[in-house]
Amino acid sequence: MSLIELKDVSRIYDETVVPIRAVDSVNLIIDKGEFTAIVGPSGSGKTTLLNLIGGLDQPTAGKIIVDGTDISTYKPDVLINFRLHHIGFVFQAYNLIPVFTAKENVEFIMLLQNIPKTEREKKALDFLQAVGLGDRVNATPAELSGGQQQRVAVARALASSPSFVLADEPTANLDSASAESLLDLMENLNQNNNMTFVFSTHDQKVIRRAHRVVTLQDGKVKSDELNPIRIKNEN
Amino acid sequence: MNTYIKLAWRNLWRNKKRTLIAASSVFFAVILALIMRSMQRGYYDYMIDASVRMYTGYIQIHGKDYWEKKSLEESMIVDEKQFQKLKEISGIKLIVPRFETFSLISYGNKTKVAQITGINPQLENQLTDLKKKIVSGQYLNDSSKGIMLAKGLAEILNVNVGDSIVIYGQGYHGVTAAAQVPVTGIIKFTLPELNKSFTYLSISYAQWLFSAPERLTSISIMIDNPKDIDEIKSEIHNIFSDNYEVMDWEELSPELVQSIQIDNAQGIIMLGILYVVIAFGIFGTIMMMTAERVKEFGILISVGMKKWRLALVTLLETLFVSFIGVISGAIISIPILLYFKANPIPLTGEYAKAILAWGFEPILPFAVYPGMFFAQIWTVLAIALVSALYPILFIRKLQPVDALRG
Ligand SMILES: Nc1ncnc2c1ncn2[C@@H]1O[C@H](COP(=O)(O)OP(=O)(O)OP(=O)(O)O)[C@@H](O)[C@H]1O
Ligand SMILES: [Mg+2]
Repeated sequence: MSLIELKDVSRIYDETVVPIRAVDSVNLIIDKGEFTAIVGPSGSGKTTLLNLIGGLDQPTAGKIIVDGTDISTYKPDVLINFRLHHIGFVFQAYNLIPVFTAKENVEFIMLLQNIPKTEREKKALDFLQAVGLGDRVNATPAELSGGQQQRVAVARALASSPSFVLADEPTANLDSASAESLLDLMENLNQNNNMTFVFSTHDQKVIRRAHRVVTLQDGKVKSDELNPIRIKNEN
Repeated sequence: MNTYIKLAWRNLWRNKKRTLIAASSVFFAVILALIMRSMQRGYYDYMIDASVRMYTGYIQIHGKDYWEKKSLEESMIVDEKQFQKLKEISGIKLIVPRFETFSLISYGNKTKVAQITGINPQLENQLTDLKKKIVSGQYLNDSSKGIMLAKGLAEILNVNVGDSIVIYGQGYHGVTAAAQVPVTGIIKFTLPELNKSFTYLSISYAQWLFSAPERLTSISIMIDNPKDIDEIKSEIHNIFSDNYEVMDWEELSPELVQSIQIDNAQGIIMLGILYVVIAFGIFGTIMMMTAERVKEFGILISVGMKKWRLALVTLLETLFVSFIGVISGAIISIPILLYFKANPIPLTGEYAKAILAWGFEPILPFAVYPGMFFAQIWTVLAIALVSALYPILFIRKLQPVDALRG
């Protein structure tokens, strides 16, 4: 069974003059363990597609099946809970609660999941260790670099024990070295923990790191290719 | 829960200056409001106390309909048993019986209508401090057969201590009351109406003179604590049948009640203005705190924070700012109010003259009641809750996708 399945999904914005088909009849299957990039020019529908997969937005038509459940008809309240327990999110910026330390930020998502205090603390430290921030657990976001903040966001996403992690342009605000090292981290987690990552980008360097590249244009899937170099690395 | 409190508390201090400004606007407004209230309440208490000590007491007992008709026919007999029971009510400080009527008083060829008050000299003095007002002659005693006249009246009649005046009036059941009575004392009242008409006899002499042995027109009662008035009044009711009436100072002095109500209404308008200031301080801050965190809210909802939890955090933030202000304002006010309660502000000018005319010291003591503080706290709480509706409704409507794009 596939992890994510989109069946003829469209998201149309009813603008006054012409309706905008931000996502247009997309069929897509993503399996467990993938390391997939959604790419395409600005306005091609990457964010809209990720929002649909993440249950942040609802399709105008079509079905979205995540983890075996059709979420396309879920009510917003139910979706919040679904996101909390099934999906890890990393956004481009403002990921973290500014008044919480790295550890408190990672713990917070587990608090929302009603995980007991001792377990929360232990897991938070473990995940921060895993993203290479074992020595910065008590730093607030303002005290961390952009790259470090994104690592905390990854740790938070993982701490919620999601089925997969969605990341909309996670490297967009990073310099290329930080971007590379964030991708190293994500790829490691993909290889070692079999965590599925779906991320969007329009950075060529980042695209080259993906194992599968889905290219959008005007809301349609223009191409869907495996990256031979990376796949070879895997084996 | 702890985490949400922690989150709200820290959020509050993201912009220290703004939070402090908001909290201090509440702080100063609360102090001002408390001082105003304390002054007003103190003034009312003082006026009420002054008014009841001038004559009426806090509670009066009369024969049925006496207060309306003011006639000896509605006078009453209060037996020993009833007196005994009255004395047993706790909280009663003083029981002052009187026999009051009107009569003509003549000296030489001058005649005036005067208010005759038969008194128990000692008890009367304890209630109204009458002895101090003697300007010549002697204060009455229980068996006196003389009369004390108000100074203004004595001047109109042109009498002095040692002269005898003639009382001519109507006693109980229409019997004529006439006697020649020596003037034994002159009393000076500051209030002109009293000074021109008041006279005092000993109660037994007055009863004899007006053919009404044992009869009283009123019993005035002083109590230890004005707060207990309703309870004491109802206990008194239990002692006396429907042939009597029991009235409190509000019924006895409706003009005083009215002037307090008018003044109080003005005070409440002022308070309203202060609360508007408080509301602006709180609401403005909360609005800004909401507006600048739209993205953050969007992300929190995206990752799975239920909206009501986020709303709870903003509610806590609102309550925190408000309570920092109101609690610190209330605490700082306590010593200020207590100081002015112990050291009343001396009054000058028109107010002072008016109060002096009533025969009282022109001061403004503050009153301190716990209720005044709670009133502030509840009001600010209400303002905070209403202000908190803004972020709560905002979050309710918030679509994470829009918030993230914004
Ligand atoms: N809420 C909205 N209302 C109207 N149009 C929208 C809305 N959100 C997105 N769109 C439109 O849908 C299209 C796809 O937008 P989307 O944000 O998904 O593109 P993107 O590929 O993520 O672009 P970028 O690389 O700039 O982030 C665009 O034409 C955009 O203007
Ligand atoms: Mg985008």
